[in-house]
Amino acid sequence: MNRPETLPGRETAAPAGGGRIEVRGLHAWFGTHQVLHGIDLDFSPRQVTAIIGPSGCGKSTLLRTMNRLHEETPGTRLTGSITLDGEDIHAPGTDAVRLRRDVGMVFQRPNPFPNMSVRDNVLAGFKLNHEKRKDEREILERTLRSAALWDELKDMLHKPGSSLSGGQQQRLCIARALAVEPKVLLMDEPCSALDPVSTNKIEELIFELKKSLTIVIVTHNMQQAARVSDFTAFLMVGKLVEVGATRKIFTSPEQRLTEDYVTGRFG
Amino acid sequence: MIASESQLQRRQWLSHAMTAGAFLCVLLALVPLVSVLVYIGGEGLRAINLDFFLHLPKPVGEVGGGMANAIVGSLELLALACLFGLPVGILGGVYLSEFGSSKFATAVRFTADVLSGVPSIVVGVFVFTLMVRPMHSFSALAGGVALGILMIPVVMRTTEELMRLVPGSLREAALALGVPRWRTILLVVLANARGGILTGVMLAIARVAGETAPLLFTALGNRFWSFSLKEPISSLPVQIFTYSIAPYDDWHRQAWAGALVLILMVLSLNIAGRLALRRRMEKAR
Repeated sequence: MNRPETLPGRETAAPAGGGRIEVRGLHAWFGTHQVLHGIDLDFSPRQVTAIIGPSGCGKSTLLRTMNRLHEETPGTRLTGSITLDGEDIHAPGTDAVRLRRDVGMVFQRPNPFPNMSVRDNVLAGFKLNHEKRKDEREILERTLRSAALWDELKDMLHKPGSSLSGGQQQRLCIARALAVEPKVLLMDEPCSALDPVSTNKIEELIFELKKSLTIVIVTHNMQQAARVSDFTAFLMVGKLVEVGATRKIFTSPEQRLTEDYVTGRFG
Repeated sequence: MIASESQLQRRQWLSHAMTAGAFLCVLLALVPLVSVLVYIGGEGLRAINLDFFLHLPKPVGEVGGGMANAIVGSLELLALACLFGLPVGILGGVYLSEFGSSKFATAVRFTADVLSGVPSIVVGVFVFTLMVRPMHSFSALAGGVALGILMIPVVMRTTEELMRLVPGSLREAALALGVPRWRTILLVVLANARGGILTGVMLAIARVAGETAPLLFTALGNRFWSFSLKEPISSLPVQIFTYSIAPYDDWHRQAWAGALVLILMVLSLNIAGRLALRRRMEKAR
């Protein structure tokens, strides 16, 4: 197992906004079944890190430990630590609800709230918490713009979120996550339910978003990882096989296993 | 392998036969339903008049009068039933769906299923022992509690089932936005199950609106207006029961009118609920 090395060009100092995640010695269990075996990984601000690996390798679990959504599955247990800007997010005193404000998530299938309009979906992070914001209008426009949806949707803000196309729904979900101004955005195979055109739009979006966010993307699609990410981590059966600059992982990986996987010899 | 001509014909014949059979069964199921409705409609319309809605029952031997007190009494009892039954039923359903993996929850679920199968007269006797005897009086309150108890299992189980139908991805979406669990349950899960739960509530109300047996032991009945929750109160089903077993033709006539009004009440409850639901959904659009 490789410790994450400091790579040339890799940003080590956190910017003003923060959003640096450090995973150290992370083991995770579902009941008696161990899903993660001692993961060490860093996720830096203004970088996109892709997590790749065959199905069931623990990619999604790793992602979900970073906003503690894994706690929704009964019987999960963790050892090791994950810190966000130096603070242990699994410490007993840490509030998962607060943490999730800083660490947003986009899911595999678009999941806009069907009983809410486009507008209310974007503002859901405030609305569901009964937070009154005077600048709702600005938040709405700013986040829809940053999700490249404003021009498409500005005249249908009162339509239900579920009436949009799949690709629009997914970008709406991204807007919803951005509205609460997270430092980190977790994306769990965000394009696996979308057509190529919509996928392309989301990938372009990722390029824009990484200017201000730490982005972690789990993907089954190797080309996608190669296209959008700066760093790539390769996981297999719950172990981190290799992590490094994306170009290096896809052209001259250090591990034989990585090479076999990225060239499509298995998985 | 491609089916031969004769096989194909046999399949098509079988398909037609099955379709015809299914259609026949639907007709068969509709026969009693429609004939009950038509008969009550016919008899009821012949007996009904404005007096029926505006006047109290006349003393024995006098012709005329109405069931105004029974109509209001029934509505009052249903309102009381909702007051007692809905909070327990809905919150119980929330508990079962959100925290329902424990042994205790399994026991609750089982009890609710048993309760929904218990004959309603047993609930009547139960409330008689629990409330009527200690209070030394039949009362509207006791009637409301009895009907409320009958509503609980239906409301609880529909709430649970419908909340479970809300996709887990919506729950996760809200949690991932930093919304606390209780708000997620209330504003996302419950809100998305709302339409179905409302339908379940209406079904529960419709079910208890026609209950007679539990009211015989609790609300009893009253030939006059009842102005206190501690007094016996009149209700349509009990009035229909009393009038139809009496030996007077005029009372039989009124019983038919009562049955028609009861059916129309349940029907309009349903329609009103559904309209409100549709309007709310259009508003969200």
